[in-house]
Amino acid sequence: MKLKKTALVAAAVAGLLTSGYAAAASEQFIGLPSYRVGPFGSNGASLYGGWIDYMAMINERDGGINGVKLSWEECETEYNNARGVECYERLKGKGATGNTVFQPLSTGITYSVLEKVAQDKIPMVTIGYGRTDAADGRVFPWVFPMISTYWTQASAIINYIGSKEGGVDKLKGKKIGLLYHDSAYGKESHAILDKLASKHGFTVEKIAVASPGNEQQAQWLQIRQAKPDYVILWGWGVMNATALRTAQKTGYPREKVIGVWWSGSEEDTVPAGDAAKGYTAAGFNVAGANYPVVQDIQKHVYGKSKGNMEDKGRVGSVLYNRGVVHGIITVEAIRKAQEKYGKGKALTGEQVRWGFENLDIDDKRLAALGAAGFMPDLKITCADHEGAGKVKFQQWDGAKWTVVSDWISGDQTVVRPMIEESAAAYAKEKGITPRDCSKEM
Amino acid sequence: MLYREAGQFKASYIEDQQIFPIRQDKIGFIAILAFFSLVVPMIASEYWLQAILIPVLIFSLAAIGLNILTGYAGQLSLGSAAFMAVGAFGAYNFMLRIDGMPFIAALILGGLCAALVGIAFGLPSLRIKGFYLAVATLAAQFFIVWALVKFPWFSNNSTSGVISAQKVEILGFAFDTPVSKYLLTLAVVAVFALLAKNLVRTTTGRSWMAVRDMDVAAEVIGIRPMRAKLSAFAVSSFYCGVAGALYAYTYLGTVEPEGFSLDLSFRILFMIIIGGVASIMGSFLGAAFIVLLPIFLNVAMHALFAGTMPAGLASNLELIIFGGLIIFFLIVEPHGLARLWQIGKEKLRLWPFPH
Amino acid sequence: MQFFFEVLIGGLLSGVLYVLVALGFVLIYKASGVFNFAQGAMVFFAALTFVGFRELLPGLTGLDPEGALVFWMAFVLALGAMIVLGILTEKIVLRPLVNQPHITLFMATIGLTFLVEGIAQGIWGANVRGLSLGIADEPVEWIMDSANMLVSKFDLFAAALAGVLVASLALFFQYTKVGRALRAVADDHQAALSIGIPLQQIWAIVWAVAGFVALVAGLIWGARSGVQFALTFTALKALPVLILGGFTSVPGAIVGGLIIGASEKLAEVYIGPFVGGGIEGWFPYMLALAFLLVRPEGLFGERHIDRV
Repeated sequence: MKLKKTALVAAAVAGLLTSGYAAAASEQFIGLPSYRVGPFGSNGASLYGGWIDYMAMINERDGGINGVKLSWEECETEYNNARGVECYERLKGKGATGNTVFQPLSTGITYSVLEKVAQDKIPMVTIGYGRTDAADGRVFPWVFPMISTYWTQASAIINYIGSKEGGVDKLKGKKIGLLYHDSAYGKESHAILDKLASKHGFTVEKIAVASPGNEQQAQWLQIRQAKPDYVILWGWGVMNATALRTAQKTGYPREKVIGVWWSGSEEDTVPAGDAAKGYTAAGFNVAGANYPVVQDIQKHVYGKSKGNMEDKGRVGSVLYNRGVVHGIITVEAIRKAQEKYGKGKALTGEQVRWGFENLDIDDKRLAALGAAGFMPDLKITCADHEGAGKVKFQQWDGAKWTVVSDWISGDQTVVRPMIEESAAAYAKEKGITPRDCSKEM
Repeated sequence: MLYREAGQFKASYIEDQQIFPIRQDKIGFIAILAFFSLVVPMIASEYWLQAILIPVLIFSLAAIGLNILTGYAGQLSLGSAAFMAVGAFGAYNFMLRIDGMPFIAALILGGLCAALVGIAFGLPSLRIKGFYLAVATLAAQFFIVWALVKFPWFSNNSTSGVISAQKVEILGFAFDTPVSKYLLTLAVVAVFALLAKNLVRTTTGRSWMAVRDMDVAAEVIGIRPMRAKLSAFAVSSFYCGVAGALYAYTYLGTVEPEGFSLDLSFRILFMIIIGGVASIMGSFLGAAFIVLLPIFLNVAMHALFAGTMPAGLASNLELIIFGGLIIFFLIVEPHGLARLWQIGKEKLRLWPFPH
Repeated sequence: MQFFFEVLIGGLLSGVLYVLVALGFVLIYKASGVFNFAQGAMVFFAALTFVGFRELLPGLTGLDPEGALVFWMAFVLALGAMIVLGILTEKIVLRPLVNQPHITLFMATIGLTFLVEGIAQGIWGANVRGLSLGIADEPVEWIMDSANMLVSKFDLFAAALAGVLVASLALFFQYTKVGRALRAVADDHQAALSIGIPLQQIWAIVWAVAGFVALVAGLIWGARSGVQFALTFTALKALPVLILGGFTSVPGAIVGGLIIGASEKLAEVYIGPFVGGGIEGWFPYMLALAFLLVRPEGLFGERHIDRV
């Protein structure tokens, strides 16, 4: 009885919603599986805030993409896989042409819907997380782990350390510590670093931190004992701030700690206080509110007090700007797809997928977007769904991030074969025949 | 008026002992089953099947598992999600490593793996009781998830520790559409739920309840507490394991160990408390309630406050209402939805002349 | 050997922090028989409220944001909020659930966890905040120089603070009227009630005291890793301490905390490398479990006698 009653009420509400949201034909719908509560809620608020603000800015400033307004709806996932799947299914059919693109900002949810997106013909874009080997677009036509994958990032970090030492050949005999989140996410670092270690002749000292990572006394004492030349911090959430605090406590210089992009935001350094000073982290976007694109958001969105951020002080933070990057890529892909399928029309997910696959944001386009130096130039092809493979390094000076390097590329001669090997194994396991990219257009 | 047992006589023990002694109950049960297996697949949208009905069924099975342990045998456990993980990874490895492994067999073998692990972690229950045991089962929760991440063999040396379920095929029929997956889940869950319903009415089930009510007294009347407790752990973990395998194969497709977190264990515990302790029916009601409530709140929030309330506040409000409703339910009906169901049936029996 | 002692001391000092959280559990369990899973959420709520007021007050009053006055005002306000929270919890959640099975009460506190988390972030926002108590988390120089051993100033401070807290709680329980009543209630509800101790009032006081303990724990933990949602996970660190020490024993919580802290660090350093590390998540639970098999009532727990 109860079940049926609840179901009926829920169905009524759901029905109400769909009808209320049935958008006009000239609206492009984007479903946002956001997370604003739970342990990663603060990250979600900045990421989705930046993304929504950018889309609002496009609507306000340009009147949409060639006249097609963007519309969106959030669905709270709590960073939980099952909730993420529910959100995916709920958002799938919304809007005039269905959900345009799915970007869950959670590796777990990415895996959970990986096979569904191909069936439903909705592209999934996972910028800076998700399944690394999906960069092989021949096996994963619907998945776009854009800008840089974890493996590229690991390789770029090694290259950066090499550049500080005066060349990667100087890494021979060095010892690099890897402090990683003991989870699927943290383990992504192992294979690539082992490979690079044997190539360049350094050793990797892997030290696991049990989730959530709010206690790291033992790990940093181990580091103090092992005395690595550098420590790569591969963390997420509270683990990052704790790592920096404990590094200070055990007297390890923060200048020698290099974080990954999920360890390099204000959310990680502010709670660590003084301990974060001198800490460097990789990022595929940089911090700062002075870029024209962020200025435009300030003017057109916050100027009309329509901004999404509750704390306006976070506009221009690393994660906020990362959200803006999500917005830029989404909007540019739709723009690209409109060139092929008709300007001023709302497109289906399948059509937008073509836009993603043929995305080409070069330096000129970046400058026109007001994002020169904000994110790397990007060119996606049928085979390569990664596109840029570059990261910049920023250092925390105690109050803000300052860029300390140019765009640094990963070693694609190592990374790409690994991606192809892993993707081929997946294709074999699943019985997928990889696409022939010479026949795609 | 319609729901009345007057005139139904039981002439043998067999008739007296059947699951549904009242004819209307039997008809009702068949009607519900027919509704969910025949009508629902035709009318339900893909969203309802994939995002709601399948998980509700799977969680019902897990909740039955926990209910056997906590509700019937009285051993509080906070490790159900970990046993689900064992089932999922077990079934995956059987499918992977043995050629031509039938899916149903892998499902059951996955459940058996979970049962073995369950027995191992159930051993402390022989010495420890109550919350001490509950916290001790957390050892299982954390250890199992850790081991599944740590040893790459479990995930076939995947770089990230995730497994992606193989295609489900039974006798050449591929279960790849939402409807077929739903029907498969429904069939498995229905069979196991009936088994559970029967199991708790056997000697084993009665020995569980005796141990739950007072283990010393149970021992005095000749029930071996060790056997009762360990069998409860085994059966409970088996159910959780099968649910976990279904979770991987018919629901998500790809799972990572961290997905089976403590949070999930708590949710399953909520299902049996809200649904009704020591009630198979309650497991279904509780699972439906706990799966649907957050979704319902999320949808309702959007419908009511879209655009007028900051998204962060709306999400927090959902959390507050969720927590508040759980407390409210515990206060109003501590025996769960199953009790409401029972009260409803009693009322119906007398209706329309209650005096 | 020097390394061994470094790990041992670091572990003991971490253990002190676990004790701080565990104390809150023990107080409530002892007095009202409720296994309060919301203690972690209360730690988070307390720390966030404190930081929130500290950000808010300078704007309202024009005081120096780093000054002692703002610090103490925020402390008092946060303490007030914790007391109100404690009393409301007792009145709204627990009173209607009196005499329900333990598991129902336990689930109610999990519901309370969601509620408190939602309220905390709903009021103060989801931002991660830093918190400085004015003591740097750095090695003490003279120990470093003389023995080349690493002992953190901040951890010593936290240990001292925990010591003061425990001592003042002990004095409070031992020498005040309310304290005596509290001990009477903890011993036997029925008997306490029959000699005229106002049970519900006492419960409200216990919840308020637990709120105070949560506030102190929140400040220390918040200063270590930032005031953020993850503070609720401190509860998971306290649980093995509880089973080791016994749910009803304050000395048990202290000794248990030190044992858990030291042994988990030693295990991580000396056993971890052989099995791939990251064992801190489950090792304390296994240790406590192994201990329970020998002594089912914990270190100092009351012996359970079965009556048929």
